Amino acid sequence: MGLSGNHNQAEICVIGGGVVGLSVALGLIRNGHQVCVLDESDLAFRASRGNFGLVWVQGKGDSLAQYAQISRRSARLWQPLAKRLQADTGIDIQLQQKGGLFFCLTEAELQARKQMLSQMQVAVGGDYPFEVLDLQQLRELEPEAGPEVAGATWFPEDGHLNPLLFFRALTDSFLKQGGQIIHSGTVSDIRALTQGFQIQTSQNGLWQCQKVVLCAGLGNQILAPMLGLNAPVVPNRGQVLISERVKPFLTYPTGHVRQTGEGTVQIGDSKEDVGFDSGTRIEVMAKIANRARKMYPILNRVRLVRAWGALRVMTPDGYPIYQQSEVHRNAYLVTCHSGITLGALHEGPIADWISQGSTDLPLEVFNDQRFKL
Amino acid sequence: MTNVSNFKRLPSRHDASVTVFVEGQAVQVQAHDSAAAAILAAGLGHSRTTPITGSGRAPYCMMGVCFECLVEIDGQANTQGCMTLVREGMQIKRQQQARLLTDSQHD
Amino acid sequence: MTKSSVPDTQGDSQYDLIIIGAGPAGMAAASTAAREGLTVALMDEQCSVGGQIYRAIQHTALQYQQILGADYYAGQTLLAAFEQQLNAEQSQITYLPNSMVWSVEDDLVVSFSSGEISHRLRAKKVLLATGAMERPVAFPGWTLPGVMTCGAAQILLKQSALAPAAPLVLAGSGPLLLLIAAQLNRAGVAITAVLDTTPKGRYLKAAKYLWGALKNPILLKKGLGLLQELKKSGIRYERQVSDLKAIACEQGIQLEQVQFSVSGKVQQIDCNSLLVHQGVVPNVQLSRALGLAHQWQALQQCWSPVRDTWGQSSHADIFIAGDGGGIAGAVAAECQGQLAALKIAEQLERINPQVLVQQTRPIQRILAKQLSIRPFLDQLYQPAEAFLKPLGDTIVCRCEEISADQIRKIAAQGVAGPNQAKAFCRAGMGPCQGRMCGLTVANLIADEQNRTVEAVGYYQIRSPIKPLTLSELADLAD
Repeated sequence: MGLSGNHNQAEICVIGGGVVGLSVALGLIRNGHQVCVLDESDLAFRASRGNFGLVWVQGKGDSLAQYAQISRRSARLWQPLAKRLQADTGIDIQLQQKGGLFFCLTEAELQARKQMLSQMQVAVGGDYPFEVLDLQQLRELEPEAGPEVAGATWFPEDGHLNPLLFFRALTDSFLKQGGQIIHSGTVSDIRALTQGFQIQTSQNGLWQCQKVVLCAGLGNQILAPMLGLNAPVVPNRGQVLISERVKPFLTYPTGHVRQTGEGTVQIGDSKEDVGFDSGTRIEVMAKIANRARKMYPILNRVRLVRAWGALRVMTPDGYPIYQQSEVHRNAYLVTCHSGITLGALHEGPIADWISQGSTDLPLEVFNDQRFKL
Repeated sequence: MTNVSNFKRLPSRHDASVTVFVEGQAVQVQAHDSAAAAILAAGLGHSRTTPITGSGRAPYCMMGVCFECLVEIDGQANTQGCMTLVREGMQIKRQQQARLLTDSQHD
Repeated sequence: MTKSSVPDTQGDSQYDLIIIGAGPAGMAAASTAAREGLTVALMDEQCSVGGQIYRAIQHTALQYQQILGADYYAGQTLLAAFEQQLNAEQSQITYLPNSMVWSVEDDLVVSFSSGEISHRLRAKKVLLATGAMERPVAFPGWTLPGVMTCGAAQILLKQSALAPAAPLVLAGSGPLLLLIAAQLNRAGVAITAVLDTTPKGRYLKAAKYLWGALKNPILLKKGLGLLQELKKSGIRYERQVSDLKAIACEQGIQLEQVQFSVSGKVQQIDCNSLLVHQGVVPNVQLSRALGLAHQWQALQQCWSPVRDTWGQSSHADIFIAGDGGGIAGAVAAECQGQLAALKIAEQLERINPQVLVQQTRPIQRILAKQLSIRPFLDQLYQPAEAFLKPLGDTIVCRCEEISADQIRKIAAQGVAGPNQAKAFCRAGMGPCQGRMCGLTVANLIADEQNRTVEAVGYYQIRSPIKPLTLSELADLAD
């Protein structure tokens, strides 16, 4: 089967053309492979287009030290990746890693956060340079912080970038280096052949490849079992409000509000289980807006020009899955909800792992069997 | 205003009984005029500069869809001039590129 | 006219019908629904009723009625019927002017801002009567101060008795171009030239629809009459104009000249005002944000929401009347408003099916006549390719200043569609939310990728469909 008729070939097929898929694909090209990205369509549930753009370390992995470890490692890999993308495509992805703030609106919230970060500090033997700021100290960094703010936690390794420019730079760089992106519609079937795999797409026929990497976000749930993998991911809606362009007035990103390189203000954060509906909900949007104006009262009069609901890809414990299939050794699964923070990791050591089969990353804890009782 | 390009008032059923200020200059307009109409009657030329390249723009659609008539009205930045009726004493100013957020207008 | 104040939004405000847009479709629907005993909220962004076609009908500025002509003042009949219902002793209509609707959710909650305060109302049925907008047509120089749409000039005439600065040139294609030229001419405004961009051979192409058009000879005659009126007045009238270009003065900040070609010969005319027009298209922002089904209209080269003969959309409780559902003009819009209101009244069991049939038959006859001429007009005045698929550094997205070349480059690279293109270059991300570039971006992708515009698709539109301040939104959380 597959020897006759029209079928397309690639050495490696990456399924999913969002930032996760393209980051991995670019890293595979760097490793000298011939790579094809099978991307769904213009209307796919695209977390990459609704991303908040944080390269975030503080507080990540509070119950899993290895997650904290890979997040920090990725953050450190970001500057070289951004430089390389700019050299390659001319696109400045607006990466800034000058530190980030997490605002707390109540003293209790601030104390709880302090406790959490302290524990994380202990867990890594002290090398976790966060600071707790009261309102007065916070205002030295962000003078517009509102009177209702109790304080904030500060972490020097946090930062942000423009996720859309990153997405575009990945695309440009990948194509420039000979990568292929095929808008194939949905992938309906993947099966192992005696050698390699055969992939059935809805709009682009059959594909054959030696190696397959699942980076299909929510689509992984259905595709993973076809390769002996397990991806019990569910959608979790994040909503983002975006303002008109305003003159720069914020210096640092926070977990909820950041000003982009264009001058627009992005306001986000919500966690609600919604099923597959990437629309916006007024109640949630109103809550996000209300929280933002408590943090920065100056935002009251800013005009919101867009809102976006995107679906985060959540595993039951919230941590990524990095898994090589036990059944088909040339099949891999990569899924996470932090495609930006972990982007540099995906382009770097994760792609190297898929290319070379070994890694120094603590990937065992991110296996796909942990959800099975 | 500097310009030859101002719109001309045809015989009207209404009086030009309202005074507004376009870039500080008093202009007599009619009560049913929009701020965008006042800009055109005053011959302002461009009524905003874009946040990106700073190129000049003027009212284009007059019905609220193109957002080219964004001006500062009584201190409110990026207001659609074509959707705002004139008021006595209204101050209409060019929107110069991206706005500066201030809390002075906050209620 | 009595303005109704915004009702208390704390309570569970419940209307039988919320109508969005107070143009001919919305006004007619409100009058009809109220007459049948439905409680109605009629919202409109403007300060007075009329929509664009009957803009300022209550307080038209122009002293002389012959300028705008009888078709405009016909709106007064519609207005009178509406005012009668609105001002009735126990009026069923809550009229909410200056109300900017920024969201309609599929559970029929309508969110809008009035005086910078947000309100939310719920209804059993919602009628979208949001009308049309002029087709945005990117051509070199269209962003220059001094260039505006014909519709904009007409609004200024109706509402403010203002006429564009001389020298004045009109350029484009379509009935509205001729109408506005005639209206300005009647007002004594000097027109230096009318540049008709209708491509060669269009009359021949449209001829196959002539039979339908002949079912409405009055309308056909009106169109020819306008043309004759312009000719008689001695205005320079250039046909088959191509390569339209607005040229800036030396400082680059103001229109100074229009350049164009006729039979391959490039010409220039000095002008301070250039009015452009390439037909009108449905304003689909709200129907898109609602996720209603849309279909591509090949003759009109635009998308319209799918609706049945009553105006019912793909959402059983949401109706669409007027040009927002497909371009057919003011009289058709009025008919569609009435039909939708009556069908809703029947669904809400205020009238029985027999009455519905009786009442709607004469309306349907008028509507059919109005619709019969459309294919002819749509084919005749379909924009020339150059306006649909601009080239080079012509700005496509006015807000974010994205050029045709930038879109074409992304498209040639194999972008999946307009939404990916938007993410890649910010076209459609400014305050107009893609209204001005959506069709052009899709056309350019189609052109570069050798696909149909229909297959390429359109932007996903999300609420809020118009900018609102953060506090307007945040106040809803309290």
